[in-house]
Amino acid sequence: MYPRLPHVTGYLTEHVAEDDFVTLEGYRARGGWLAAERALREMSPEDVVDQVTASGLQGRGGAGFPTGQKWSFMPSDPDGPSYLVCNADESEPGSFKDRLLLERAPHKVLEGILIGAFATRAEKTFVYVRGEYSRAADVFESAVEECRTAGILGRNALGSGFGHDVVVTRGAGAYICGEETGLLESLEGRKGMPRKKPPYPAQVGAFGRPTTVNNVETLAHVPHIVANGPEWFRGLGTEESPGTTLFGVSGHVSRPGLYELPLGTRLDEIVFEHAGGVPGGRKVKAVIPGGLSMPALPAGQLDVPMANESLRERGTFLGTGGIIVMDDTTCMVRVACVTTWFFRDESCGQCTQCREGTGWLHKLCERIERGAGEDADLDVLRDVSASMEGQTICAFADAAAWPVQGFLRHFREDFEAHVRLAKCPFPASFEL
Amino acid sequence: MVIPEAARDAIDAAIGRYPEPRAALLPALHIVQRELGCVPLEAARELAAIFAVAPVEVLELLSFYNLFRVEPGGRHRVNVCTNLPCSLRGARALLRGLEAHLGVAAGETTRDGRITLGHEECLGACAWAPMLRIDGDYHENLDLEDAKRLLDGLE
Ligand SMILES: Cc1cc2nc3c(=O)[nH]c(=O)nc-3n(C[C@H](O)[C@H](O)[C@H](O)COP(=O)(O)O)c2cc1C
Ligand code: SF4
Repeated sequence: MYPRLPHVTGYLTEHVAEDDFVTLEGYRARGGWLAAERALREMSPEDVVDQVTASGLQGRGGAGFPTGQKWSFMPSDPDGPSYLVCNADESEPGSFKDRLLLERAPHKVLEGILIGAFATRAEKTFVYVRGEYSRAADVFESAVEECRTAGILGRNALGSGFGHDVVVTRGAGAYICGEETGLLESLEGRKGMPRKKPPYPAQVGAFGRPTTVNNVETLAHVPHIVANGPEWFRGLGTEESPGTTLFGVSGHVSRPGLYELPLGTRLDEIVFEHAGGVPGGRKVKAVIPGGLSMPALPAGQLDVPMANESLRERGTFLGTGGIIVMDDTTCMVRVACVTTWFFRDESCGQCTQCREGTGWLHKLCERIERGAGEDADLDVLRDVSASMEGQTICAFADAAAWPVQGFLRHFREDFEAHVRLAKCPFPASFEL
Repeated sequence: MVIPEAARDAIDAAIGRYPEPRAALLPALHIVQRELGCVPLEAARELAAIFAVAPVEVLELLSFYNLFRVEPGGRHRVNVCTNLPCSLRGARALLRGLEAHLGVAAGETTRDGRITLGHEECLGACAWAPMLRIDGDYHENLDLEDAKRLLDGLE
């Protein structure tokens, strides 16, 4: 039995518990590949883009960009090949949804890929899977092979006259390759150093050609939108953020795991009702709502709908929907140490503010945790993190600065207590 | 030649899948590492020749990407995820315990050459923490005793 099944399923994760769902036959037996047949045989690429635009689908890779709009940037009359890239690099700490889709619903992801490729006139899709997900890459590659044999992929995909092939590329352990232009560099056989934008990938992407980059989950929604229509999709979630998403809940909860729920589901409902709250009679202290890059919220602010428009008002974002829960034994300075250490390690080093800033943030947090910090260090932390925002080639530096700003905003007392007592006042906290 | 014939064929096949040959460099490094257990300097030189790039460009990839190694290390690679979701559930204490059990620090190899112990960033198993990876396979929801038993069972 697969040990990582979601606790709550919806249209995305229906059937993932059934072992034969990973096979072409099993997927077809449950209505799979009908949406792609309809799109490729009965619709024009413009029709598909219009449907996805009308659905209001937003990218699930972290930035929340409208998918239909992104597709509309692709040239309708290209002078050479265009490409689709499926971003399966999933490395945002606290996120583990794409792995489930790749391992348990590979044909659904492939169907979304084929429809997306048709809509953007891409002749090839590169699926960039993080190197650590070798099992997921194996499962996915078998599904690709089945589709080639069955004529779903190839010169005449599904007998429609549209030609398409899918190539699976394995990454090799670098968080920054999830950033779309870092990914493109890596795909081309270089270090994953993000590119300056513009030009955007829709203009100059993979191998110098127009390219769309979409997240695994984003593409998995597409067959459902084509099958059921944009109105159906808009009936789920919120007005601005339609559809369901896969929330991953980890940390100090009774039932950690994946939950497919409509966007706009309240954070406290997810943490307390679905995930069972904090075990052992302890209380919640902090919750990171969208993966390690997003500012944490204090216990009093969990009455917030999980959608970008509402989280923004609380100074944080949905990110990848990775919810990390911390109980009241947790030392937030230790949390800051773990967080800043990660970003210091993963900075690609091209931009001074990022390379130096991530090092400083970590050094200061460590010093405060050790009890060697001074009051002025808190101001330096604030200033360094502010200097990292909006200055760099990619959003990694912002992603490194935001969590620190969140810790200082809501948990400043923890930092001050370390300085005052010259030691960590949370002996029962997790070990560093 | 340190890259065996079969691996050469696999590399040629990979080159055929991309619009530009250089894109097969990462796949080629994976192929070589699977075959040889690591990417020794001599193999890096041969790859540079195959792809018509300077050897230093291959070496740069080896140092940029964490999954590649230039030395074989122990017979088994054991990595504990120490990112926040795992740390909250005791991953760092687990790593300490394994260091003591094996008598090595993270990053080192046991004297009998059996195990290289290390830590790793988030592996996407956050809900089943703490966890470790042995040669690519995930082992989840572990306590120190489970983990010790797993390691003791390695050849
Ligand atoms: C530092 C950094 C890391 C990222 N990592 C990922 C990732 O692992 N997976 C992903 O899909 N998007 C990631 N993104 C977002 C991508 O750049 C891009 O926005 C996304 O793949 C677009 O797909 P979507 O529009 O379908 O969401 C990352 C962005 C940044 C700045
Ligand atoms: S912001 Fe950081 S990760 Fe992004 S390009 Fe600059 S140095 Fe690299």
